[in-house]
Amino acid sequence: MSAADILSQDFELGFTYTRSTGPIVGRFLTGLRDRQIFGIRASDGRVIVPPMEYDPDTAEALSEFVQVAEQGAIVSWCWVAQPRAAHPLDEPFAWAMIRLDGADVPMIHCVAAPAEASLATGARVQAVWAPETRGFISDISHFELAGGGN
Amino acid sequence: MADTADTITGIECPVYLQYHFTAGRAPARFLTRIKEGVLSGQRCPRCSNVYIPPRGSCPACGVPTEEEVELPDKGTVQSFTVVAIPIPNNPIKPPFVVANLVLDGANISFIHLLSECENSEVRIGQRVQAVWKPREEWGYAMDNIRYFRPIDEPDVPVAQIGKLPVTGREG
Ligand SMILES: [Zn+2]
Repeated sequence: MSAADILSQDFELGFTYTRSTGPIVGRFLTGLRDRQIFGIRASDGRVIVPPMEYDPDTAEALSEFVQVAEQGAIVSWCWVAQPRAAHPLDEPFAWAMIRLDGADVPMIHCVAAPAEASLATGARVQAVWAPETRGFISDISHFELAGGGN
Repeated sequence: MADTADTITGIECPVYLQYHFTAGRAPARFLTRIKEGVLSGQRCPRCSNVYIPPRGSCPACGVPTEEEVELPDKGTVQSFTVVAIPIPNNPIKPPFVVANLVLDGANISFIHLLSECENSEVRIGQRVQAVWKPREEWGYAMDNIRYFRPIDEPDVPVAQIGKLPVTGREG
């Protein structure tokens, strides 16, 4: 068998999904569009954000929405020194678990910071809204470091 | 800007996977031959199954397949579906038929379009033949074959689909 040419090609496989949000996630996204962040109260009193549809302990449907602050504290974080094309920020940034004031569990989002050394567990952060909001998690463009104590 | 009274009920969340695909030795050979208008598969030295497009090994026996086998452009419908829903970025207008076809002399099917047919008359066992693009448009691609079309030969009994010799129905 003769040697074949080496053949290679770029191609993109796209899955153009649309997704129904249901009432709970829909309310959360509607809140983001209106520049508000909503969690939901669980049976043990904790405020979970983003809201869950069912209680993690009892599996009962949840319905009591609670607005939380757009400031919070970093619970844990991971520095991304070389952002990739799909990442939300072009400059080095951190993925962080952020506990918003009024919430009892952290949620993941990205934090813009001048350098890895400027981040710390307990550091205060503030949501930065996208110029235009549309009802999507990226309506919060990112979080940035805010003044104030730990 | 949306009316603030509107509640969000759905979101678009597409996933795009970017690949850089390099064909291995067997698929590259297959593509090189199809650029010449030849359909070539490979035969397993152990079980004698003929695979097209070839992957370079037999999935049943786990041994390399090196013997090249030229196959005709005639085959049999093994199964099919009538596509009724438009596929984003696909220029073909529904309804159209996508079929698993087994070439004569092959033991495995591949997927291609079926056309020049009444969709309601397409059936398992139906005999088909490739309709090629003009030679000057041939490239390293399976779509050198525009589609397959039915031919006037008796249907193949289900038990014989995928077991015909290279010489086909009459062989
Ligand atoms: Zn085999």
